[in-house]
Amino acid sequence: MNPRILALGDGALTLEFGDRIDPAFNAKVMAARDALAALKLDGISDVVPTYRSLTVHFDPLRLDRDTLTQGLLEAAQATAQKSALATRWLIPVVFGGEYGPDLAAVARATGRSEAAVIEALCASELRVFLIGFLPGFPYLGELPEWLRLPRLATPRAAVPANSLAIAGAQAAVYPWQSPGGWHLLGRTPVRLFDVADVARPALLASGDTVRFTPIGHDEFERLATAVATRAIDPVEWQAK
Amino acid sequence: MIEILDAPLPASFQDVGRPGYRHLGVPLSGALDAGWLAIANALAGNPASTVALEIRMRGPRLRATQPLTVALAGEFSARIEDAAGQSRAAANWRSHVLAANEILDTGILRSGIGYLAVHGGFDLPAVLGSRSTYARAGLGGIDGRSLRAGDLVKVGADATPISLRLPQAPLLADGPLRVIPGPQREHFTDDAWQRFVNEEFTVSREADRMGLRLDGPRLEHDAAYGADIVSDAVTPGTIQVPGDGRPIILLADCQTVGGYPKIATVIGADLPRLGHALPGQTLRFVEVSIEEALDARRQAAAELAECIASIAPDSAGFNLDALYAANLIDGVIDARHANQP
Repeated sequence: MNPRILALGDGALTLEFGDRIDPAFNAKVMAARDALAALKLDGISDVVPTYRSLTVHFDPLRLDRDTLTQGLLEAAQATAQKSALATRWLIPVVFGGEYGPDLAAVARATGRSEAAVIEALCASELRVFLIGFLPGFPYLGELPEWLRLPRLATPRAAVPANSLAIAGAQAAVYPWQSPGGWHLLGRTPVRLFDVADVARPALLASGDTVRFTPIGHDEFERLATAVATRAIDPVEWQAK
Repeated sequence: MIEILDAPLPASFQDVGRPGYRHLGVPLSGALDAGWLAIANALAGNPASTVALEIRMRGPRLRATQPLTVALAGEFSARIEDAAGQSRAAANWRSHVLAANEILDTGILRSGIGYLAVHGGFDLPAVLGSRSTYARAGLGGIDGRSLRAGDLVKVGADATPISLRLPQAPLLADGPLRVIPGPQREHFTDDAWQRFVNEEFTVSREADRMGLRLDGPRLEHDAAYGADIVSDAVTPGTIQVPGDGRPIILLADCQTVGGYPKIATVIGADLPRLGHALPGQTLRFVEVSIEEALDARRQAAAELAECIASIAPDSAGFNLDALYAANLIDGVIDARHANQP
């Protein structure tokens, strides 16, 4: 499938690489995002990368639509390489118990032990395919085949903030309390969205990679306090 | 300060929104009708993008703790009550000077939404560059929530009384909403498209700042594609259709991405009309070209500029030049050079 340009009304254009979740499409999206940024076109308000597409929201009275279309077609040819902007993150998580109420059920459903579920999840280097749904909410993937479960039959009315959850091929951490139908495996002390940080309010960006690392309850409490008092710089969560 | 005495229905603080953060999942938000927001601010002697109260259906009752000037843009049925309990009607599309302890009851709205601006602006903290309320993530406004009784809101420092009026209320266009076929137009049968542009839809009770769910003909997905897509970006005006075939038109507080096929997008010039749509209202759609959409944008911008330029002092002796000299009105146009009655 060749990349194509789709009209999202008169104020946005979508450059679409494909119609499915595929790391190869996502890599092209990120390369196109960087190539478009290099063109420094005036009149663009937002550039939104997703699993498979890049959408540019623009003011059509300031930026000529044909100029933007040409820019996007050019950007679509950018070689997919590891984006210079991508960061690798190592996110501590306390698994199971009250923080991960679905861990036991996930272990049962997959026929593995709880330890095996945690180990498999933490062994995966997950790609940030998309930030969406809520401010700072990362769609991470892809999980090992055997760990892919359908969503809960009855979604929870309130998933606690900072919950690590999985569904299908994807994992996510909820930056805010929200309704949700994913399986809750644990909780992180890391703040995923900070309105006080205007330059980089969301910790993760599309194209970054994330690994989870298990911690105990005491360590969780210690880190949560440090985060709450801003005694920890978010760069601490970058993989060394 | 302004004290909120009563807020029977959700009202929220809105400015021109929070662009530049949609790649981080932060919705655009902002006034559903940015033109009326600009008019409210011009009447209050504020820059066009100043934060104002966006009011739907039934507005709040509020008390001025100090002398201040407010402006009403919308079809309110407002009254002002003085300290002695005497009440007088407060006309729409103009500014009103409130004495300390006077109470403004904004009343029932006959337009879908309306804006209450205060001279000097509401003194609220900017969150990611905007004071717009986005309740789902608690951003903007007062602690990121709807207005409620007991709220005390500071008003910007300037206390110069302003008396301005708009000679003629702006008209909301009727006729079909103009749309451009959406990114997933091909996911729908031709029959579904014909129904979409030929039949009538009704705004259901599920209608808020995130979107309007419509009742009416069901729009069938082409069996080859089905009703789910891998999520990609949406924008205010996007019309998405879930598996039940009932379209949803997204508005300012919509999420940044969505997983339903998008049959069409309402053009930018017609977005304000969606903000005024109330449950029970009927809507029709008509396909237009990109060129027509851009012409409509230019026309809407020109009409707004003309409307704001027509704003004039309400009484003789009012010194408009002093107001301009104080640089209180900037925004979309330079009104000084436009026609004035």
